Amino acid sequence: MIEENLLLILVGLPFAAAIAASTVRASAHGAAAWVSGLLLAAGLAILALLHAPIGDGQVLRSTLRWVPSLGLNLTFRMDGFVWMFVTLVFAIGILVLVYARYYLSKADPVPRFYAFLMAFTGAMVGMLMSGNILMLVVFWELTSILSFLLIGYWHQGQAARDGARMALIVTGLGGMCLLVAMLILGQIVGSYDLDRVLAAGDVVRADPLYPLVLGLFLLGCFTKSAQMPFHFWLPGAMAAPTPVSAFLHSATMVKAGVFLLVRFFPVLGETELWFFAVTGTGMLTLVLASIIALFRHDLKGLLAYSTISHLGLITALAGIGSNGAILAAMFHIVNHAVFKASLFMAAGIIDHETGTRDMRRLSGLIRFMPVTGALAIVASAAMAGVPLLNGFISKEMFFAEAADWHNGTWLDNSLPYLATLAGVFAVAYSLRFIATVFFGPDAADLPKVPHEPPSLMRRPVELLVLVCLIVGILPGLTLGPTLNLAAQSVLGPDLPYKDIAVWHGFNLPLVMSLVALGVGVALYALLGGRIAAGPEGPPLLHRIRAQRVFERILLALTWKLPRVVHRTLGTERLQPQLRLIVLLTIAAGFATLWGVLRQAPAPLATDLNPAFALMWAVGGICAVGAAWLAKYHRFASVVLLGGAGLVTCLTFAWASAPDLAVTQLLVEIVTTVLLLLGLRWLPKRREEIAEDKLLPARIRRARDFVIAVVAGTGLAGIAYVMMTWPLIPNVGDWFLRNAYNEGGGTNVVNVILVDFRAFDTFGEITVLAIVGITVFALLRRFRPAPESIVLDDEQAGLEDRTLADALLVPSVIMRWMFPVMIVLAAYLFFRGHDLPGGGFAAGVTVSVAFLLQYLAHDVRWVEARLTVLPIRWMGIGLLIAGATGVGAFLFGYPFLTMHAQYVNIPLIGQVPAATALIFDAGVFSLVVGATVLMLIAIAHQSLRTTRMRERDSAETAEKETA
Amino acid sequence: MEMVLSAAIGVLAASGIWLLMRPRTFQVIVGLCLLSYAVNLFIFSMGRITMGAPPIMPKGGFINPAAYADPLPQALVLTAIVISFATTALFLVVLIASRGLTGTDHVDGQEREP
Repeated sequence: MIEENLLLILVGLPFAAAIAASTVRASAHGAAAWVSGLLLAAGLAILALLHAPIGDGQVLRSTLRWVPSLGLNLTFRMDGFVWMFVTLVFAIGILVLVYARYYLSKADPVPRFYAFLMAFTGAMVGMLMSGNILMLVVFWELTSILSFLLIGYWHQGQAARDGARMALIVTGLGGMCLLVAMLILGQIVGSYDLDRVLAAGDVVRADPLYPLVLGLFLLGCFTKSAQMPFHFWLPGAMAAPTPVSAFLHSATMVKAGVFLLVRFFPVLGETELWFFAVTGTGMLTLVLASIIALFRHDLKGLLAYSTISHLGLITALAGIGSNGAILAAMFHIVNHAVFKASLFMAAGIIDHETGTRDMRRLSGLIRFMPVTGALAIVASAAMAGVPLLNGFISKEMFFAEAADWHNGTWLDNSLPYLATLAGVFAVAYSLRFIATVFFGPDAADLPKVPHEPPSLMRRPVELLVLVCLIVGILPGLTLGPTLNLAAQSVLGPDLPYKDIAVWHGFNLPLVMSLVALGVGVALYALLGGRIAAGPEGPPLLHRIRAQRVFERILLALTWKLPRVVHRTLGTERLQPQLRLIVLLTIAAGFATLWGVLRQAPAPLATDLNPAFALMWAVGGICAVGAAWLAKYHRFASVVLLGGAGLVTCLTFAWASAPDLAVTQLLVEIVTTVLLLLGLRWLPKRREEIAEDKLLPARIRRARDFVIAVVAGTGLAGIAYVMMTWPLIPNVGDWFLRNAYNEGGGTNVVNVILVDFRAFDTFGEITVLAIVGITVFALLRRFRPAPESIVLDDEQAGLEDRTLADALLVPSVIMRWMFPVMIVLAAYLFFRGHDLPGGGFAAGVTVSVAFLLQYLAHDVRWVEARLTVLPIRWMGIGLLIAGATGVGAFLFGYPFLTMHAQYVNIPLIGQVPAATALIFDAGVFSLVVGATVLMLIAIAHQSLRTTRMRERDSAETAEKETA
Repeated sequence: MEMVLSAAIGVLAASGIWLLMRPRTFQVIVGLCLLSYAVNLFIFSMGRITMGAPPIMPKGGFINPAAYADPLPQALVLTAIVISFATTALFLVVLIASRGLTGTDHVDGQEREP
């Protein structure tokens, strides 16, 4: 139990450090480093506690339920391999923190740096400890994103931004491949649990999808571990601050890929395909990167390519996959992390103290910084594989594996030669690093006078170099048990214990090492001078820059291609888009219904009432007329539209839907008024547009006519077939049966709206409120078209008096209608639960009442007498509806549960007093608010133009007098 | 009745769709109104045509659902009517604003290039 919690704490610690570090002051270097360092140290203490159970061969697990329905749990697990890796991450993390404390300048924003670094550590630890393969991908992606932020930490520089973006794109694409691979893998195995996946190797390898899974999986690993041809992001990432490089490119980020390769070797490995893909890529990367490294002039560039080449070495070992190779891969993961971190730090110190990283300018530094020089020499000797240092032993193991017989293929046979070749270049570039930077004459034109760094900045390097020495001299005593434990947790508990020793006698690997050392030194002695004079990169190869290729592709994909596609396929015009939507809808309708749609065996047929047919003859003419006249005779079109609406409304009444009829009628009134208000702002169109008579316009219209007829006929056909099929028992029956007992109302439609499906209604009135406010907001900034401001000649000729008297009698009647309509609204509202009516109808009625007043008098007259605050109506409506819903919680029911009851009120009689009525009141209030808000907002525009007109005429008058 | 109603839906939809593809904003709004009638009637007709049997019950007691019109399409259409009013209002305001801003009532904010 304690161990389970410790696992969770271990993952949480770096994230806690990130949050703590992000809250300190921007200049508090010490505080952020201390907090982060202490929390990481606590992590190391936990790891020490966990060593006892891990040492017994236990696998610790801790599970938090996350999305159980998807099989996604936050499972953390730890075995020997993970323990070793997490310890490495935490230990190097602390050293990097100490180093960064002195490396960053006073001007750098500290909280961001430490927060990102710690969050990255957390993501890495989470990835290592994930017990679920989907969660593993989540943490994997998190490391990509955080590495992007870390590499781009100095975002003022172009190089940092480019490098960060490139790293993100490459590793992000790889991460996507990995996600797909994991999803397929989970489907094959039937579980996303890592333990079950690891145990299902035979099933996976036998599956027909195995090559696909392997390909995608390897793409993920190779991009992360900078294997060729995806290596180019890593040198670009050297724009990051050196502590970041030292951390990301030694122990973490790039090691995530090889971690997965080793971890999933039991599942995906042990096939020929795996051997060729993984070993082949690894060897290619190992050899090519070591050659390129020799020719780089930038100190960090050399180290970057050396990192790529060592990652290739580990990848090749994972590809070989024998017991010894896996052990060697693990060993080299640790060794490389140790010596490469120290080398990056040393390079950072040199950069920091001299102001340059160009090896052609650096020289003779051993006299200025003897301690740092000595440390760097030891570390690069470890990198070269000099005996008695840790790099030598794992390299020996690699040579031994390369020389061993595995499957006798051409790749297997060429392994020892390729390995020795890479070893030669590794020796040469390590030698170049030492010889040019620390020896030779004093450098002449350095930006700064070099000197030793603060001793604390050097301390991490000293410690790491000490580890190189100790492990190199006593490998069996120091790392032996841990490595064997790690190998057992990957390859199975029956793995025999392998003793790691410095001296194995005079054997083939030793010969290979000696050849590499000898030829490497000779190579540098011969070529050293010419390399410094040459270009940045090996002869011929320096012209092919993977980075350049990548940038070209990126440019083509993100800039040129979208523009071409947009030019050829896209349009900003609405008409083609709408036409496309209509055509696609028709196509979708045909595709789905073709062959499925058929006449019912015994079609339903209601007797035709001639009046109904006649009514729709009129309705159809109205609709077609409205369509015909909408361009040149807008007013007539609105009237005809109203006619079609009225026929619709009568149809509802005819076919047993009184509620719909009432609502449709009221909404029809409001819509017509709205359209009439809008007409005023449209341009005059009295004479024909000449262009409309031309052939292209006629063709367009004919085409649209065909589309419209096809769509209309299709819809009519579907409607007819559906209507004539007998109705099967459906959910409507349930509503009918339970409306009275459960909802306490006899008008089932209203009960559905305010009780059974009240949540839908709640959403709907919210939409209405949003639309109301949008209309209001849009019109606040509205500038009318200039010609709409000027009055017509006819209008201008009339005196204001005449206008006021024009509608005298109707306006008096309208004024008197106000109270009548309010009573009507109240009547509709209260009967709603039992009889046709309800909150919607009542709300629209009240707004019509307000509207009439605006129609009868001018706006100022109305607003002097009547204050409507539509926004408040809306707010109160929403609050009432919401409160009714929340009120159900008080009685222990879910949101929007209604209660129904009848109350006897003297004189009026039985009145339904359901809580649904309160909800309906909310609906009512909101509908009033929204409708009135929209109408008033549009109506007010005329008031504003009047003001503008008055101002304009005043200005002209002023000008005239002047 | 079924024949007439489905034909009506077809005519309303065809007029609406034709207007939808026209270049003037006002035409598009009228088209949307017509289309919303068609769609509302279509949804409503999914409950089949029932005459003289509105879904209003007597108080209490057992009832036979087959004797009443299907209430569900009606409830759906009721909300649809209100929402289509709201969208009409919104489009109208966009129309007015676009007219004020661009000086034309073409849907693209500029006249078609010849």
